[in-house]
Amino acid sequence: MREVVVIGCGMTKFGELWKKSLRDIFVEAALKAIDDAGVDHIDSMYVGAMTPGLFVGQEHISALMADYLGVAPIPAMRVESACCSSGMALRLGLFEISSGHSDVILVGGVEKMNDGADATFALATAADQEYEVYQGVTFPGLYALIARAHMHRYGTTREQLAAVSVKNHHNGAMNPNAQFQREVTLEQVMNATLVADPLTVLDSSPVSDGAACVVLTSVDFAKQLKVPLVKILGSGAATDTLALHSREDITALKAVKVSGEVAYKMAGVKPSDIDVAEVHDCFSIAEICVIEELGFTEKGKGGPFTEQGNTALEGKIPVNPSGGLKSKGHPVGATGIAQVVEVVEQLRGKAGTRQVKNAKIGLTQNMGGSGASSVTHIFQII
Amino acid sequence: MPSPRYHREMPQRYRLEAAKCKKCGKSFFPPRLVCAACGSKGFDKTKLSETGTIVSYTIIRVAPADFATQVPYAIAIVESDNGVRLTTQVVDCKPEDLEIGKKVKFVFRKLYTEGQTGIICYGYKAVLV
Repeated sequence: MREVVVIGCGMTKFGELWKKSLRDIFVEAALKAIDDAGVDHIDSMYVGAMTPGLFVGQEHISALMADYLGVAPIPAMRVESACCSSGMALRLGLFEISSGHSDVILVGGVEKMNDGADATFALATAADQEYEVYQGVTFPGLYALIARAHMHRYGTTREQLAAVSVKNHHNGAMNPNAQFQREVTLEQVMNATLVADPLTVLDSSPVSDGAACVVLTSVDFAKQLKVPLVKILGSGAATDTLALHSREDITALKAVKVSGEVAYKMAGVKPSDIDVAEVHDCFSIAEICVIEELGFTEKGKGGPFTEQGNTALEGKIPVNPSGGLKSKGHPVGATGIAQVVEVVEQLRGKAGTRQVKNAKIGLTQNMGGSGASSVTHIFQII
Repeated sequence: MPSPRYHREMPQRYRLEAAKCKKCGKSFFPPRLVCAACGSKGFDKTKLSETGTIVSYTIIRVAPADFATQVPYAIAIVESDNGVRLTTQVVDCKPEDLEIGKKVKFVFRKLYTEGQTGIICYGYKAVLV
């Protein structure tokens, strides 16, 4: 098995990109990544996207993107796993290079959510259509059910949930690619319009357009290039019941825990070795549950751990220096690779004013639906 | 919703039909072909208990188009008295009446109506007891 490195990354600004199409934003991110890597060709590509068919009426986007990037006839494949589509796509790129089948691969993600589709409906297709959505549940609703149970069982407070959004907006205010480059206060989060009690609109990630891409190669192939190398140390993916109600404990995200354990084992590192993490904060409660499942703190302690500043930029384990899904934006199919773009920039020491000091090992965690799929990757600068 | 898709789910939605694994005894709603607990493929038909307990709940304030006229409405995960969980609306109550641990019973209700030529969609909801 060959060792695999990330040699290039690029992303569009996230937000309401009214003047750019689905294909335009993917090609923009892909060109940036290829230019950053300094390669003159790619052998194959993977495109993560959740549901361009519902958002803009376009499927078969693997071929579309290869065509508009001008790289046909190379093979291209679309990968779908709801909001962790591109995180899962990264695994396929990793395996294709480590197997020796290809030398240079582009892995990207894209979503265009602001072109007029009913985003609440489109996102809900990641839940159980017949037994959750049929009853009128929404994604904020599912995470609200998790939040209420977490508060009831562990004493997590409304303030602790809000602290996640406050921290992520603070970081996002320093990210030129973020959708919302502004701070919010605890009071603003708690007093914002309720979406699904107890979650407000400021506990929730926005509806976004955006794309992100990385270029992967083998360590051997990378020797001829003059770019910093970020090695993929570990990759783990897992699944859980699609319906939230089918889980014995609805505050436990088992797929996140397993994907983390597999990635840690493959990388040969522990949670305490991680210098910086980008995790899936689609709602404030999600970040609290995820940092527990990844072992950054004990189960049930994610609220106080966040409130005490442990996940801040200068904290014990900085989480979501990019601003996370909350502030940077969440074009669902692009999110997994956008997390990788942030971690690569952090490990290269090029993250500007939001740089985490001496970051050598980074982690990304990306999940689909209410946690029915999760993928975790661990990276190291070499 | 295409009518075959609606028709297929009627035994579960109208009568709370479930499946009980012949080998390990675990019940599933809706019925499955493979037991998620023991991997066995043999099931007996069973029915969910018509009463249960609220595991968690929320009030939906922003709904998909089919439910837009109903907001705000309560959604809960309920554990039926025979140990199977499902997601359901809780109706005929005020949001402040809801609490984790409160008892409910399932009732047959209209859920939503589809457009001018669509199906009137029925199923279970819960009320506090």
